Amino acid sequence: MCIIRASVTAVPQLLVSTVLLGGIYALIAVGLTLIFGIMRVVNFAHGEFLMLGMYLAFWAFTLLALDPYVLLFVSIPLFFGAGLLTYTLVMKGVIHASHNVQIFTTVGLSIALQNVALVLWTGDFRFVRPWYYSVVVRLGGTAFNLSQIAAFVVSVGFTVALFAFMKWSYTGRVMRATAQDRDAASLMGIDTDRVYGLTWAIGIVCVGVAGVLLAPLYPVYPTAGLQFVLLAYVVVVLGGLGDMVGALLGSLIVAAVEVVGSYVFGTAWKEVLYFLLFIAILLIRPAGLFGQRGTETLGV
Amino acid sequence: MLRAEGLNVAYGDFQVLWDASIRVGEGEIVCLLGPNGAGKSTLMNTLSGLLKPRTGRVEFRGKRIDRLPAHRIVAEGMSHVLERRRLFPYLTVRENLVLGAHHPGARRHREESLVHIEAIFPFLRERRQQLAHTLSGGEQQMVAIARGLMARPRLLMIDEPFLGLAPRVVEEIVAVIRRIHADGVTIIFIEQNVELALRLADRGYVLESGRTILEGSSPELLQSAEVKRIFLGGRAG
Repeated sequence: MCIIRASVTAVPQLLVSTVLLGGIYALIAVGLTLIFGIMRVVNFAHGEFLMLGMYLAFWAFTLLALDPYVLLFVSIPLFFGAGLLTYTLVMKGVIHASHNVQIFTTVGLSIALQNVALVLWTGDFRFVRPWYYSVVVRLGGTAFNLSQIAAFVVSVGFTVALFAFMKWSYTGRVMRATAQDRDAASLMGIDTDRVYGLTWAIGIVCVGVAGVLLAPLYPVYPTAGLQFVLLAYVVVVLGGLGDMVGALLGSLIVAAVEVVGSYVFGTAWKEVLYFLLFIAILLIRPAGLFGQRGTETLGV
Repeated sequence: MLRAEGLNVAYGDFQVLWDASIRVGEGEIVCLLGPNGAGKSTLMNTLSGLLKPRTGRVEFRGKRIDRLPAHRIVAEGMSHVLERRRLFPYLTVRENLVLGAHHPGARRHREESLVHIEAIFPFLRERRQQLAHTLSGGEQQMVAIARGLMARPRLLMIDEPFLGLAPRVVEEIVAVIRRIHADGVTIIFIEQNVELALRLADRGYVLESGRTILEGSSPELLQSAEVKRIFLGGRAG
């Protein structure tokens, strides 16, 4: 039996923690759902790009004394390039192949990247500890880490910018059109392979930036991406595959389950809880909480 | 204007087109006739580059295009309206039209194309902001044709423009196709109803089991015993 220790005074803290955590999960999940929504590919290597983001932050901080938040601006073009490179070398060849082939390919990419990291940087846990690491902000009975807020703000800003880009920019429309009907899109003169490359690269930028943001908060090691990306899969299925608004709401729900669950039952239970939630959703609403049945085949 | 010769096209091991050939001259309206599964759509998809032939060649305005990807062929002046409209369902009418003018040659003239197209299809003005999937079948077909025109094609190919439409709407679309043709656009379309097709077309090709078995002017085809055999189930002679 677990003892319920919840008290009213804890509510504001739980709320703030949920929102802060949810914001960061959103950025990881949005990249995953974007790639799925447009390319119909589940990227099993998503967590490894998160890990690469964390290592990038670690090495930039250790070798160049570069603050992770300064590094953000450099990391965007860097991950965009890494995305285009992996698309050209790995994904382009399987983009028209069956889902099985695509799954094996991204799983293979994931294992390859993990092991490259292991060989290059060993399996040691590494830590990024900038000056603000231990700065705690207290506000109206709640306390939170400064890096958490910074990560949250950047993450939400990034997610909102991506929404706006997809909804209102011409390129965003081209991407959505490609998701909704690839043949029709190519008959408009749209080079759909290039759209897929762009989509992949943007998804990788999202998760890479999330990695940079998470580096001051979590230990860095070759399989560091795994725990987060498992979460991201739960988030994405919760929100409906390919649904970006759903991914945002799903992130908040998963964060709430994690924060409240850890508080009430203890940290060890958090994964049990959100996977129970996950299974329940799959049984009751397989299209996701906010998804309309079948819309996942039409993209965002 | 368009010359396709000896096209053999297969999906995996299943061959659909056998040595199919067609020619279309500048300014013609040509229909592709044939029963279900004869390979009409496959032929059209091969012409527009969605499918690649195993053997054979396609020349369009003097240029060989059968090895070009579909998105490059559009820029050569060929526009293809797919069967069942295939609009982008969760984009607005306006967004669908704007994407129709994606290739650089069409994008330069996008605003004037929109004006021109709203003159042909006046109802589009009130429907600009509506999501494409909420339109009626006839309206969707018109938007699909309008989107095809946004590419400023010399040749417009329409796969089954009258499919599932009420007779009144069919007549509207016939009028629209005539008008587009009068503006100097060459037209190829697919239609199963022989009477309707040959009333609109100057010339037709008949496909059966993946072969182009017959070709002739509309009056010739209407008289043809072969056409009667295929479409009316009657026996020749």
